[in-house]
Amino acid sequence: MNKVLIIGEHDGKSVNPATAKCVTCATAIPDVEITIALFGADTAGVAAQAAAIAGVKAVVRVDRPENEHPLAAIFAPQVVALAADYTHVFGPSTSFGKDLMPRVAALLGVSQVSDLMAVESAYKFRRPIYAGNAIITVEADAARKLVATVRVASFEAAPAGGTAAVESKSLSVALPAHTRYVGAKSGSTDRPDLQTAARVVSGGRALASADNFKILYSLADKLGAAVGASRAAVDAGYAPNEMQVGQTGKIISPEIYIAIGISGAIQHLTGIKDARTIVAINKDGEAPIFEVADYGLVGDLFQVVPELEKLLGT
Amino acid sequence: MQKIMVCIKRVVDYNVRIRVKPDGSGVMLDGVKMSVNPFDEIALEEALRIKERVGNVEVVAVSIGVADTQQQLRTALAMGADRAILVQSDVAVEPLTAAQTFLALAKKENPDLIFLGKQAIDDDANQTGQMLAAIWERPQATYASKVEIGGEKATVTREIDAGLETIEVDLPAVVTVDLRLNEPRYVKLPDIMKAKKKPLDVTSLDALGIRAEVFLKTLKTEPPAQRQKGVMVKDVAELFGALKKKGLI
Repeated sequence: MNKVLIIGEHDGKSVNPATAKCVTCATAIPDVEITIALFGADTAGVAAQAAAIAGVKAVVRVDRPENEHPLAAIFAPQVVALAADYTHVFGPSTSFGKDLMPRVAALLGVSQVSDLMAVESAYKFRRPIYAGNAIITVEADAARKLVATVRVASFEAAPAGGTAAVESKSLSVALPAHTRYVGAKSGSTDRPDLQTAARVVSGGRALASADNFKILYSLADKLGAAVGASRAAVDAGYAPNEMQVGQTGKIISPEIYIAIGISGAIQHLTGIKDARTIVAINKDGEAPIFEVADYGLVGDLFQVVPELEKLLGT
Repeated sequence: MQKIMVCIKRVVDYNVRIRVKPDGSGVMLDGVKMSVNPFDEIALEEALRIKERVGNVEVVAVSIGVADTQQQLRTALAMGADRAILVQSDVAVEPLTAAQTFLALAKKENPDLIFLGKQAIDDDANQTGQMLAAIWERPQATYASKVEIGGEKATVTREIDAGLETIEVDLPAVVTVDLRLNEPRYVKLPDIMKAKKKPLDVTSLDALGIRAEVFLKTLKTEPPAQRQKGVMVKDVAELFGALKKKGLI
């Protein structure tokens, strides 16, 4: 029996969809029993959401005041204490999971499988290296605990419909005082979250200014889409870094990705190759983005985008 | 603040297009240009800026790798590191072994800060810094986009999925850096000449008492599945029609 512990990601109010994607990944492991662990100050609400994810056997709540903010140094020793009863410990390949899970792995004395993209067996997985230019199949020792981050773009979210049992646990683990949360500044908007949006409109260097990004925001709002950006656009200061899509930004898998004025550097394509449909709009017909686009349109984005928005109507 | 250790990795240059060997045994690395991992360059730059701001800080660049990794450490010295240590190893080490090796060096050097890139662009593992902090039993501040040192602590702004987060950590601490922290300086010719005279010590895993463990066996390496090239549309109306027909908009 393989027992997978998934470290759930949440903001205190809602469970991040990355968690349900980890569940789908874990479901691919044979003879498996899945538990979600939630750390927080008060996880009652998010625990009810996690319990409703299909395929989950149990939800474990670990509530204590120190867990209000997801600090890896605080969470890791508690995850280790919980991990004793499990064969596998998974976290999402988000900034939360990427920060936390290697600390957990090191405390357990094992390496981590990063960005797990496919399950071949309980200890055999596929993962990308070199910005996705190569895929390796790795095998871990079944005698040890397996720690992994799950590449969320590779998995659909598990559906609702689960009725997992919720249990509260108090762990007597001493926590360090050397790391303190100060604050957060979110670039939050009313638009959908880039990581999980079904539709994404994304802009590149050809937008030429932060001000010009407004035409993308306007198009995105018509479509109910999130807005992304290439690294070139972020480096040029046209868009904030949390909008970056690609090897060093977010890896996403929307239903439709509309790349506007993005040439399609390999590092960018790494971030979008799991998109269901890619649309490219670029004035350079030779741009590499057209090699991967399902629909390509050669044209001036400053004409095309407003025109497209107009066709979408009100 | 007296000493900063910067961990750097020799990797295939950012601009090289990687190809998978036809027999699936790995990627082709013969004759390929090697460089300092770009994130580690940013890590070193930040250490040098702190040195320039605070003064009287020694910056030690360390690496684990084949003998030729001395080239990348010379680059680090040319950028401004005071000295360098190479832990020579002909086998590629996994992140946990790398962390254990850096811990062994940290115990000798007692740095106030250890900087690393957030990930290496070859294996994209994104593990070593966090692991080092864990086994050193010290704070970690990953994905830093701003680092402020004040007395015995550092205030670090981190790039997270939702935006920016600020945390405060007691020193010594491990900081892994993100892209927007700074823009690394260019190395000038006189600096390259000067770097040749700076100390570069070579040691080994054995000498540090480290055993390189294999946790993950790589069974095969494959090229990624390619997306098929789609269709070109002639104008916005045709694009709109096609997307509408597929129910995408």
